[in-house]
Amino acid sequence: MADVNRGNRPLSPHLSIYRPQLTSITSILTRITGNALIVAALLIVWWFLAAATSPEYFALADAVLTSWFGDLVMFLSLWALWYHTLAGIRHLIWDNAKMLDIETAYKLGYAVIGGSVLLTLLTVAVI
Amino acid sequence: MVQLTLPKNSRMRTGKTWPKPEGAKNLRTFKIYRWNPDDGENPRVDTYFVDLDTCGPMILDALIKIKSEIDPTLTFRRSCREGICGSCAMNIDGINTLACLHGMDDVKGDVKIYPLPHMPVIKDLIPDLTHFYAQHASIMPWLETKTNRPAKEWRQSVEDREKLDGLYECVMCACCSTSCPSYWWNGDRYLGPAALLHAYRWIIDSRDEATGERLDELEDPFKLYRCHTIMNCAKTCPKGLNPAKAIAEIKKMMVERTV
Repeated sequence: MADVNRGNRPLSPHLSIYRPQLTSITSILTRITGNALIVAALLIVWWFLAAATSPEYFALADAVLTSWFGDLVMFLSLWALWYHTLAGIRHLIWDNAKMLDIETAYKLGYAVIGGSVLLTLLTVAVI
Repeated sequence: MVQLTLPKNSRMRTGKTWPKPEGAKNLRTFKIYRWNPDDGENPRVDTYFVDLDTCGPMILDALIKIKSEIDPTLTFRRSCREGICGSCAMNIDGINTLACLHGMDDVKGDVKIYPLPHMPVIKDLIPDLTHFYAQHASIMPWLETKTNRPAKEWRQSVEDREKLDGLYECVMCACCSTSCPSYWWNGDRYLGPAALLHAYRWIIDSRDEATGERLDELEDPFKLYRCHTIMNCAKTCPKGLNPAKAIAEIKKMMVERTV
């Protein structure tokens, strides 16, 4: 629209100086978990494909995915799945223009973080 | 586009440390962003010391004291000193707010002051708001009517008037829009929280007769839908308004009119 950078004006600092807050952190985490889950999904598809290829290949894939590192990735993915689900539900509530005042939004934020940790531990306990 | 680091000409350096006022016992440290369009140098952060025993309680009081007693070249906007004009909007202690409404005791440690984030800087703490104002103008911030003008005035019921509460109080200080990461990355096309709050203010005005046109105008992947409910806007608004809610209401109206 308007010309905003006459005479080599500097851009004022943004991300580096803005204080993180619960709402912005839970928002960016929704995006990060969503993208990370693509990787987790690919790993599981790889596991299935390996099973359909040969016993030797499955043994390899299974060894990678059940190693301590594989377990860590899957554990974090489990948390990401719960986090992303709960954050998605929060977005559905917000899309109805409800619970958008800062106080309630913060409560929802804590609920999403706490709930995702709790559900992850519960899932691990149940499996 | 997302651009996490600052362009080369915008990276800040450590600036000058100004002398402490003599005989002062109750000093507070201020670290303030400086950029002078005339010297061709990068922005810098200067350090000032303010004697709190001889200074008013608000951040703006300290800025005025620095300007009149320590460094007359420090440049910032201010006018009403009571949160009505919206001139002294800046980033204080990591959030956008009005310097006149932000108390010095609201800040822990050194007081860090920058211009409103991700804006072209004219000088020191003064950002160029031209584009921000142009976006406000683009949402037609006036009463649009088609029926004949009434003999006296456009009447409104008390209930309909109440719908404008929490919207009309906006002073266009730009704190919300410049706190929004979505506005940082897509501010050229995304209207931002302030303009959208004003858009909603006219959309739900019972006297306005251009609701459909207003919604048509916002039906765009960028203008409205770059809001991802990050809520920095509502958190930072020095007037306690909630642009995030106004935007959600517009999005809801968009759905309701098509289903």
